[in-house]
Amino acid sequence: MSIKRLTKKTEFYVAIILIAFCLLVQVRSGQFFTPNNIVDLLRSLTIPMMFAVGEMMVLISGGVDCSFPAIASLSMYFVTTKMDGMFSSPIPYFLVAMLLGLCMGAVNGFIVAKYRFPAMIVTLGASSLWIGVMQGILGSSEYPLTSALYRLGEAKILTGTNAQTGFSSNLPVHFGFAVVLVLIGWFILNKTMLGRGIYAIGGDEVAAARAGFNVFGTRMFIFCFSGAMAGFIGVCRASMMMTVNPNNMIGMEMDVIAACVLGGVSLVGGKGSVLGAVLGTALMTLVANSLILLGIPTVWSRVFTGLIIIIGTGVSAVQEKQRKNTLHVAVSEE
Amino acid sequence: MMSKDNSAKKPALSFLDNSSARMIALFVLVFVVCSLLKGGKFLNADNFLAMFRQFPEYGLLAIGIGMALIIGGIDLSAVYLANLSSIVAGLFLHHFYQGTGDGGTGLVLLSFVVALIVGAAGGILNGVLISGLGIPAMLATLGTQSLYWGLGVVLTGGSTLSGFPKVLGTMLNKKFGLFPVTLFIFLIAALITGIIVQRTKHGREMKMYGTNNRATLYAGLNNFKIVVTTHMIGGILAALAGIIMWGRYSSAKADTGSTYTMQAILIAVLGGVSPNGGSGSVTGIVLAVLIIQMISSVLNMYTFIPTACRQIVWGGLLLVVMILNFYLDQKKKNRH
Amino acid sequence: MSENIIKVTQVKKYFGGVKALDGVDLVIKKGEVHCLAGENGCGKSTIINVISGFYTPDSGTIEIDGKEYSKLTTQQAIEAGVQVIYQDLSVFPNLTVRENLAITMEKSSERKFISRKRYDEIAKQALSTIDFQIDLDEYVENLTVADKQLIAISRALLYDAKLIIMDEPTTAITQKEVKNLFEVIRRLQKKGISVLFVSHKLDEVFEIADHFTIFRSGHNVYSGPTKELTQALFTHYMTGRDIEEEPFEYNEKDGAKTVLEVKNLSLKDGFKDCSFSIREGEILGITGLLGSGRTELAETIFGVHKADSGQIFLNGQEVHFNNVRDAMAAGIGYVPPERNVMGLFMDQSISDNISVTRWDDCRKGIMMDQSEIDTLVDHWVGELSIKIGNASDTMRTLSGGNAQKCVLAKWLALDLKVLILNGPTVGVDIGAKYDIYNLTKKLADRGLAVIIISDDIREVLLNCNRVLIMRRGHLVDEKQTKGLDEETLSRLSVEY
Repeated sequence: MSIKRLTKKTEFYVAIILIAFCLLVQVRSGQFFTPNNIVDLLRSLTIPMMFAVGEMMVLISGGVDCSFPAIASLSMYFVTTKMDGMFSSPIPYFLVAMLLGLCMGAVNGFIVAKYRFPAMIVTLGASSLWIGVMQGILGSSEYPLTSALYRLGEAKILTGTNAQTGFSSNLPVHFGFAVVLVLIGWFILNKTMLGRGIYAIGGDEVAAARAGFNVFGTRMFIFCFSGAMAGFIGVCRASMMMTVNPNNMIGMEMDVIAACVLGGVSLVGGKGSVLGAVLGTALMTLVANSLILLGIPTVWSRVFTGLIIIIGTGVSAVQEKQRKNTLHVAVSEE
Repeated sequence: MMSKDNSAKKPALSFLDNSSARMIALFVLVFVVCSLLKGGKFLNADNFLAMFRQFPEYGLLAIGIGMALIIGGIDLSAVYLANLSSIVAGLFLHHFYQGTGDGGTGLVLLSFVVALIVGAAGGILNGVLISGLGIPAMLATLGTQSLYWGLGVVLTGGSTLSGFPKVLGTMLNKKFGLFPVTLFIFLIAALITGIIVQRTKHGREMKMYGTNNRATLYAGLNNFKIVVTTHMIGGILAALAGIIMWGRYSSAKADTGSTYTMQAILIAVLGGVSPNGGSGSVTGIVLAVLIIQMISSVLNMYTFIPTACRQIVWGGLLLVVMILNFYLDQKKKNRH
Repeated sequence: MSENIIKVTQVKKYFGGVKALDGVDLVIKKGEVHCLAGENGCGKSTIINVISGFYTPDSGTIEIDGKEYSKLTTQQAIEAGVQVIYQDLSVFPNLTVRENLAITMEKSSERKFISRKRYDEIAKQALSTIDFQIDLDEYVENLTVADKQLIAISRALLYDAKLIIMDEPTTAITQKEVKNLFEVIRRLQKKGISVLFVSHKLDEVFEIADHFTIFRSGHNVYSGPTKELTQALFTHYMTGRDIEEEPFEYNEKDGAKTVLEVKNLSLKDGFKDCSFSIREGEILGITGLLGSGRTELAETIFGVHKADSGQIFLNGQEVHFNNVRDAMAAGIGYVPPERNVMGLFMDQSISDNISVTRWDDCRKGIMMDQSEIDTLVDHWVGELSIKIGNASDTMRTLSGGNAQKCVLAKWLALDLKVLILNGPTVGVDIGAKYDIYNLTKKLADRGLAVIIISDDIREVLLNCNRVLIMRRGHLVDEKQTKGLDEETLSRLSVEY
């Protein structure tokens, strides 16, 4: 890829800002490039990064999914409480949660694909529905984590220890899952006809249908995939936290969507890359988690999240506006 | 030439084709069903008073968010702007109020003005981000949601703000017979915004903008003004909702009523606002508010149903109403 | 084997009770360039959909290359060598040229995975069929319409096409690009590939089409060699009536004031050093290729863009427009080129679409006065003989011609001094087209200064008394239309 083309990509700029921010924190605190800080960041990145992969696919197809935290919470809560202690292996928990998630995703997919309603409103409605089921019918409350998943939560890839302070942090195996999921997402989107179909539909739905892509089926797939992933991620989250907290994922959808958009995924569909989504998520996570190293009290974290979203999307919106306003007449010199 | 004769005789369509007629029918239906289900428990003064106390706050938010939907956008920040308004007003009171609970009527009224100003400013910021910078409404108000929420947290240190003059609570909890003062606030606000949306030039421009915001430019409409004014009104409505919530508990918090966003969108769509923008009315939204309140009250009377189950009803209802509208509209189109 | 690539006999197709095709015949020989013409709604697109297997006809037969199909499917049509290039071209703006060329082929051969190598091979093969040179890594959204069209053509040729159907391929491309397109078509013809051209402009396809078929409201009305057609006959067959074409005569009155004067107007990447003036009652044409700066010039006068330098005078007074509202207040109206995108609010009522520019005057206090609006709308609907059902119906219920009249009505409702029409009859059927022509002439007679921007040379010659030629951002020439012929003008507007 030529340098010129590289500099046209949003990913390129997000990466630069990301690096600059890391350096800033390092200069200010001296604590950024320490093993435990890096491990902590990767740990906090795990869940949002996985969510971003599913969300990005939905965004590329021209929709949006606001319901994945609800799906994740409900699937996770169901398997961890109703199937508590039933299995000694964590795998059945994941599988059942994924199946539940898939069914809930299918509801979204069906309504969005069949009726062509705005996906945001449909998924907000579905979100309310699932949260209602969880809180109202299952009566959600904190619950001890089933042992199979607890043991999984204890498994770690590595431990980062800060030589100076002696603090150490563990990188859970879930980060490995996240990496695998990102790779799967990348593979589907770039190497399969299905993935290219997602781009095609996001670019021009009618043309995609004429080219033989099954628009309805692809939409269904995307929402089902996003749902199944949400189920998986919900269980991951519980086992990483080593406790069942049904409510602490609610509200994440907005941050994930914002992270994707920051990474160059288009809200109107057709554009975006897995790399961009991961970088966008990394930037959001980094800023939210590094305020303390910069000496800013944590009560400010929401304000900063808001500002990043506004500034990040504002910059690209202004660029887009300028691009649209630029004229293209080749005026000759006479 | 043929328009004059034709406009007089409307085709004899089923009443369900007209969205406000559809709303009135639904309203009557829900009212009758509720009355039949709960009889005297529903049709009783205490229940009506309770209902009148409950809906103004989210009703105001629904009108504001509905207006954002009409111009083809959305407002995810309204609830947090409502809280921020009352927090700033609360801090204003704390700063100037010297008494120990008595008096301070003038100051309280002044603090309401402060809240309204904060609401208007927050709404204007939303509008500027959307129309001035060109950020899609969903992202812009997502950003300001975080921002207003965050500012609320920073200003309160994450806790609940209380210790206000007693007059704050008494003033906003006053009632005239069956009718609490907050109901009047709601009705007056609904009347004014109703006139704006349904009867003024701004209202028509909102719908034009919601349909095609490029054609508005070529027709000489002022896009920036349309968006900023609409969001400013939305912000003021949010501040009013904030004041009501503040008065209800005599306390202000950064994340009160966080489920209202979803509920407000549901109400707006139920009330006939097109989720794609370009159409909708305040009358429809007000009817939808009443419908939702009746359902909510009746659900409350079944004590074995947990409150959280209402969310199932809201979400389910939103989806069902959209699908139903889809089929009714399709039927209408086929007849043409 | 047959000498005909396609033979459609007595095909009927009904939608509900509406007859879209009422027994039409269409025969296309191998290696022939055939033009199918007709006004909007005559059944052109229905027949395309029948031939491509998208619609099943209610009766009649379809024969492709001698083989009769009772129920043609899209797949069978493709296998038989029928390829349709739709007006929207069906390309993916967000994908690269390479992927656009390869993806449909790969999809139809039911590949599940992507191979860059195969993509590359397919793309190169596709481009080589018409000797088209382009960067494979470029995103299609950055290309011109003509390039997108060539991509669609080369993609279609991958399927071993025997018949390529092109739906109005010349509407959005410049004359130079049309020439290039015709070159490509001739090359296809040499290879024995037939082309069905759907168009409603005779002059454009006259030189390329061997044979003409004209439809009118679901019937064949003409089928024969192109050379037997004249413009008058063509119009007659298209519309079913004879329309006199009377060129516009400018009655130069003594003391006719200069209404608009533009002096040395320049805008970066738009145009440079443009000066012209127009007097009361004149109809001034501005012609030039797509991308010559003509739209930018018009939109600067209308206040959409702000000029970098130069002056605009209205009735002798210098004016400065910061936005469209200023220009409107000064009495300038503008009918934009893309009607549905820039000119109309498709989901709003006809009434609101016509009255939108006058809302300031249709008020009682702060409230809108609907009866005032109704009176206004009724007046203009009558004045322009716009065919509508009910003024409260949405804009979608109207045909292109009537919709364009609504755009005009919106401007006429204002007290204008200058009216700029940019491509006023694109996608407008012939009947409405002449209505619009007559209307502009009438307006000019009343003293309005009208500017028509168009690349339809005929339109300019017929309606304007004076024409400016724009090339690469400069106004390069000015001619009186009297005595000017089409060839000269068209030669002037293309680059040497």
